[in-house]
Amino acid sequence: MTTYRTKQDIEALVTPFQVHRDVYTSDEVYRLEMKHLFANSWVFVGHDSQTPNKGDYYTTQIGDQPVIQVRHSDGEVKVLHNRCPHKGTKIAIDRTGNTGKFFRCPYHAWSFKTDGCLLAIPLKKGYEGTGLDQTENGKGMKSVGAVMNYRGFIFARLADEGIGFEDYFGDSLSSFDNMIDRSPAGKLVVAGQPLRYMHRCNWKMLVENQTDTCHPMVAHESSAGTAVKIWEEMDQPEGAPKPPAMQIIAPFMSPYEFFEDMGIRTWPNGHGHTGVSHSIHSDYSEIPGYFEKMSEAYGEEKAKQILGENRHNTVYFPNIMIKGPIQQLRNFIPLGPDKTLVESWIYRLVDAPDELVARTAMYNRMINAPTSIVGHDDLEMYERAQEGLMSDGLEWVNIQRLYKDGEDFDTQAEENGTTERQMRNQFHAWTKFMTLSLPSEDALEAAE
Amino acid sequence: MTITKDDLIDFVYDEVRMLDEGRYDDWLNLWTDDGIYWMPLDWKQKDEVNETSLMYEDQFMLRLRVERLTGARTFSQKPKSRCHHVIQRPYVDKIDNDAAAFLVTTQMHYVETRLDDQFLLALTAQHELVLKDDALKIARKRVDILNCDAAFGNIQLLP
Repeated sequence: MTTYRTKQDIEALVTPFQVHRDVYTSDEVYRLEMKHLFANSWVFVGHDSQTPNKGDYYTTQIGDQPVIQVRHSDGEVKVLHNRCPHKGTKIAIDRTGNTGKFFRCPYHAWSFKTDGCLLAIPLKKGYEGTGLDQTENGKGMKSVGAVMNYRGFIFARLADEGIGFEDYFGDSLSSFDNMIDRSPAGKLVVAGQPLRYMHRCNWKMLVENQTDTCHPMVAHESSAGTAVKIWEEMDQPEGAPKPPAMQIIAPFMSPYEFFEDMGIRTWPNGHGHTGVSHSIHSDYSEIPGYFEKMSEAYGEEKAKQILGENRHNTVYFPNIMIKGPIQQLRNFIPLGPDKTLVESWIYRLVDAPDELVARTAMYNRMINAPTSIVGHDDLEMYERAQEGLMSDGLEWVNIQRLYKDGEDFDTQAEENGTTERQMRNQFHAWTKFMTLSLPSEDALEAAE
Repeated sequence: MTITKDDLIDFVYDEVRMLDEGRYDDWLNLWTDDGIYWMPLDWKQKDEVNETSLMYEDQFMLRLRVERLTGARTFSQKPKSRCHHVIQRPYVDKIDNDAAAFLVTTQMHYVETRLDDQFLLALTAQHELVLKDDALKIARKRVDILNCDAAFGNIQLLP
């Protein structure tokens, strides 16, 4: 049975402050997300420092589409569908590698330039006069619709036509700018491997949780609260150096007022961030020599301005979050309605002291690893929600905190840090990009 | 006192038994004050702190990890997990009684279960042991997971 076919079917799943549970549980909705939402929006692919040299490639996926990020012979980063145009074999299987000047399919040795163009086919005379060169497959590996390298971060839009990169992200790029400007050289380089953490829940639960400021003191009491308790029991003299866990994990126990005051900013197209005025990252200790390097590079005033911005989590719709102050990016990769792979990447600030990337790596493992005592309770909440949503007792999920009639998501707004406005903003964008390429009821009826 | 090969092998067997039986206070007593538990994220990872590791934990963090397991609001441990180690006879790589420094490498299978789920990890554990007040203590434990590059769900207890 097909329940969701038209624009109207999808629009009916989202009200101004409620969302139908099918958006988290239905396989049909998931398939439509892959076909429409992830094709029409700009999705994160990778960082260009993962493919620094010509022929370097990195395999990943956009929604459910396998793709290759590759450095072409002209020095540009290309994003290609990871599929041989002949029989569909994935061209690259390694997560990273160098393919030299061309890709070669391991099945029948069709070969392609690193921009996807067909280079050669063995025993090519077998195709003479067959019209292969008239087909789309005869041209080579297919590129995605559009690619943008924004200061080293590679994004792609699968659809050939659609919204431009700047229009899609607008002023939200200020969070990327702040993260990158924190390098005295204005440049980031990927550091080590990403954490890979499997979640048996819908990908949107993770995205929503990034700006959910009413859960840390509840869900993470067992880790953050216990850390505070142990530290108090140790009865250290005032000013004694605190263990790293106190700096990284304990702020999760901050009271509601802290999160209310920090503020939330939302931008059009589903982007937004917590921590307008301050955040749990504000009180990290200073790293010796860093401010001097920043002042040298930018001048003291600009350096202060860059480091004074302590945004917490910035969501780039649909499925990544970055932390500017600690150079972390989390990619929520949907693998099914109830399965999400979370990759948590960290980056080194070029020309900054090593202590900064060490703190970032510490945050990543303490909070976002499959072995993290903070991550354990988050995953527990998501998986309980995924199971609970199967209940037919109630069909709707509530995102009404600090809701106001007539909310306008096409303009930027700053509000109380505990509002669920950013979640509503995401669903506003969700409906927009889901339905962009779906037929309306009338059109479908006319076609039938 | 002189540490023998048997002392080192027994130490590793005793440690995993403590973990399997949930005797965490005894387990915390096995460590030096500045002992570090390291679980790399990358195969043959060399840099433990400037790249992401799965764990790189000091004694405060290990104590926090252990105390959390018994907390009233530790939601991911309702119900609790259980674990089980099956170890090969440890390789004794170094016995240096003069320096009181010892190195032991152990291959093991680690099983963890909660509710209907159970998973298996193949591990190599490397213990750097020292003598403190005539007792062997862990100065550093490195645990490499064979499929460290795979995506995992929660790993909640201590491999």
